[in-house]
Amino acid sequence: MFGVALLVFREVLEAALIVTIVAAATRGVVGRARFIGGGIGLGVVGAIVVALFAGVIEEAVGGSGQELFNACVLLAAVLMIGWHVIWMSSHGRELAQQMQSVGHAVKAGSSSLAMLLAVVALAVLREGSEIVLFLYGMAAGGAGRADMLLGLPLGIAGGTAVGFALYFGLLRIPLRHFFTATNWMLVLLAAGLASSAARFLIQANWLPAWDNQVWNTSALLDNGSVVGQALHILIGYEARPAGMQIAFWLATAVLLVLGMRWMTRGHVASRAAATAAPHATA
Amino acid sequence: MLKQICLCLLLTASATAWAVDLPEFQLTIKDQKFEPTQLTVPANTKFKLRVTNTDNTPSEFESNEFNREKIVLPNSTITVFIGPLDKGSYKFFDDFHQDTGKGVLVVE
Repeated sequence: MFGVALLVFREVLEAALIVTIVAAATRGVVGRARFIGGGIGLGVVGAIVVALFAGVIEEAVGGSGQELFNACVLLAAVLMIGWHVIWMSSHGRELAQQMQSVGHAVKAGSSSLAMLLAVVALAVLREGSEIVLFLYGMAAGGAGRADMLLGLPLGIAGGTAVGFALYFGLLRIPLRHFFTATNWMLVLLAAGLASSAARFLIQANWLPAWDNQVWNTSALLDNGSVVGQALHILIGYEARPAGMQIAFWLATAVLLVLGMRWMTRGHVASRAAATAAPHATA
Repeated sequence: MLKQICLCLLLTASATAWAVDLPEFQLTIKDQKFEPTQLTVPANTKFKLRVTNTDNTPSEFESNEFNREKIVLPNSTITVFIGPLDKGSYKFFDDFHQDTGKGVLVVE
């Protein structure tokens, strides 16, 4: 039972951390519960479909289908998170001000919300398909039904609980810094996902590794441990990163930070112009 | 569009050509165990590892030490590219059967 619970816990944890960051980043937005719930639902359906077609996906690209599929899913999530982060850097301040003054939900751009719905769905799809295959194997291998019936909910509950704990921890951040904090978390999340995508592309021999192990901090914190795994998702922690992974991580982080800076500056400038000459913008 | 297709073909072709010269090694999963449990490979050389699953249950070939992860469906074979690695021993495991599926890559 604990074997089942532990594996399910680890997969759920990865998805739950991503969903949590998205939930925090959309705090105060009208209809976000529906969006996140919808994303999870779509992800579960997607996970089952992906598991059913795992063989077809693998064969599709000369025996590297699994890697390319994972890399595409990860990079799609990176793009969508990037879009949201850059959009938020020009609207986050307003959002926080509206929440403080009105004290309740605000409307946010629906394109940005749709992006985050997709991020949630992709996260659940990727981790969920592994759970589906694992459980199928357990069932086919004649594992006890009690093992699965107890292990599955236990694992899901455990992973979800960590997500909720992180969420309520994040809520303690003062509102005026809140969206700055969640935006930085999204940047680190995206950089880490990009690094994972690079790892799949190296594994498929589509990208050179640029040195397979630039450093080794596994004695300090191993990626096999639960903390190592959580940090792997949250900030892209890798005990033994390949050079190409570091390049992907840095490129994503730098591009997003530059994008945020650029948007913030443009926004502040246009607001300053608006205050100086209110008639001109009316 | 045509340009993209050409580029895609070119990439696939170059990836395949690149892979042709690489040494190949084989692992088999049987009764949720690896055969052999210890595989010796050359140091500082990129190589191709084939993992064949002869069971009726899916497995996941995984290693935190050489950083690879790939699902192996029932009665099928996967390919992963590994290395070049420094000398040493690197553990790998079957994520779906962690009690029985364990092995070591000896790089020398």
